[in-house]
Amino acid sequence: MKEKEKEKAKGKLIIEGKLILKLYVSGMSQKSMKAIENIKLLCDEHLKGSFELEIIDIYKNPKLASEKHIVFSPSLLKILPLPKKTLVGTLSDTKKVLKGLGITIE
Amino acid sequence: MAKNKKEALLKTPTGINGLDEITNGGFPKGRPVLICGSAGCGKTLFATQFLVKGITEYNEPGVFMSFEESASDLTQNFNSLGFDFEKLKADKKLYVDHVRIERSEIEETGEYDLEGLFIRLNYAIDTVGAKRVVLDTLESLFSGMENMALLRSEIRRLFTWLKEKGVTAIITGERGESSLTRQGLEEYVSDCVILLDFRVIEQIATRRLRIVKYRGSTHGTNEYPFIIDEDGISVLPVTSLKLDYKSSTEIISTGLAALDNAFSTGGIYCGSSTLLTGQAGTSKTILAAHFAMSSYKRKESTLYFSFEESPDQLLRNMATIGIDLKQAIKSKLLHIQASRPSLQGLEMHLLVFNKLLEELKPRTVIIDPISSLITIGNNNEVRAMLVRLMDTLKMKQINALFTSLTHDGPSEYNNPTVDAVSSLADTWIDLKNEERNNERVRSLLIVKSRGMGHSNNQQDFTITDKGINFTTSNKK
Repeated sequence: MKEKEKEKAKGKLIIEGKLILKLYVSGMSQKSMKAIENIKLLCDEHLKGSFELEIIDIYKNPKLASEKHIVFSPSLLKILPLPKKTLVGTLSDTKKVLKGLGITIE
Repeated sequence: MAKNKKEALLKTPTGINGLDEITNGGFPKGRPVLICGSAGCGKTLFATQFLVKGITEYNEPGVFMSFEESASDLTQNFNSLGFDFEKLKADKKLYVDHVRIERSEIEETGEYDLEGLFIRLNYAIDTVGAKRVVLDTLESLFSGMENMALLRSEIRRLFTWLKEKGVTAIITGERGESSLTRQGLEEYVSDCVILLDFRVIEQIATRRLRIVKYRGSTHGTNEYPFIIDEDGISVLPVTSLKLDYKSSTEIISTGLAALDNAFSTGGIYCGSSTLLTGQAGTSKTILAAHFAMSSYKRKESTLYFSFEESPDQLLRNMATIGIDLKQAIKSKLLHIQASRPSLQGLEMHLLVFNKLLEELKPRTVIIDPISSLITIGNNNEVRAMLVRLMDTLKMKQINALFTSLTHDGPSEYNNPTVDAVSSLADTWIDLKNEERNNERVRSLLIVKSRGMGHSNNQQDFTITDKGINFTTSNKK
């Protein structure tokens, strides 16, 4: 109950349907770690239960990088809901991240 | 090269005809090379040829990373060079990675790097054991991206990485407004930069190549014309020809006994060049036909370039005066190559010349007339081309005959081709058609003939049904 109030105070995060995300990182690089931290913070705090996040290390799956058209690292792919989006970088710009993921604040 | 004790830069053959000569052996081995030029200048083909020839001729597998063209365009590019794209891939000689970036789907949310690209490239190189890499067109990465500074530093890192990886890489870049490439890639590629250019001068397209920079190596500094045909790109090195050809002392006939007698040696030197000048209707072509027939009688092959008459017309006209070129053609000793000069640019002409020379290996070459080449290039270009052509013929010890049309004017030979060739030609014969005593009289004068004495008399002749007949007797 407390948390809901908190959300209300900040404005409610609304998304349509379940969010399916894939985060492609390159090993334990600083930028990769930062992106992981940022996306976890966002999802765990605000999108509990309505998201699916997979973190993939392209060092371990080099072929996948080509198949998934990964050029920039880190890259967060929004698979669903459509349209597909690729958020590149450390995901530090929260405004852009929310916009990119199709999350609106009420 | 092995004798050279100085630490010479290792080179990788480019696979592009003529370019190895200009670069003294090819591209710097294990280093990035930048190929820049405006759209449509042949960058992608250049890179493709480098890769394909690397595989087929030097057994060096390659990676093609395309940032622009779709896979089908790429296949077409390879196939246009006569190589089976799919087979090269199946044989694990070629790895193709198409880097597709959907701008509209991308959002920059903080700092990033190009590690994704590095990993893909690394995977590709290791998969086929690549020695050659093409990145075409790397700069596409920049379009639509906000953080330019970050991308630049990543590109710099990429070049360093490529060097460490030991691959010879071609990076293509589109020409920018004030720099060689839009993003100034030339700042990062310090080893070798080549500029391609595509110009249209007086409606005729010419392609040119220039080596802007080549660290640690000597290289030609001129602009070199190049052409694209079914065999890909060929560069024509201008200056690779030297004045060190051999000179024969053997004498051959001009095809006319009376004319031969006008020379103290009884003919002209084998492998020498002869210029035939005269106004319209002074029988230049007839003399050329006699020349061709003398070659036929020696059972030697002749290549006849006709810029004004079709082979048929030439045969018919010569037949009326008893010169039977037909039998020479039938015996395959005479090949007539007829085309309008304006059909193609000078470079293309020169290339056709060179190709035919290689193919037919003629002992005699006739160009009738060289003056019509003026219509397709400025004087300097035509002159340069003729000098190159003459040098090539000299080196190959081919008997050459050029005809050139002259006009009445303040200077008798006010024609740039005459200007260009007359000083280079070994023998120069001028033909005249003048009025004397209410009669038109044809005459011939030997203006010069190197290395032999010659008649200084104007010799009159008529044209009979057996060809040219001299009416004044020759005195040696």
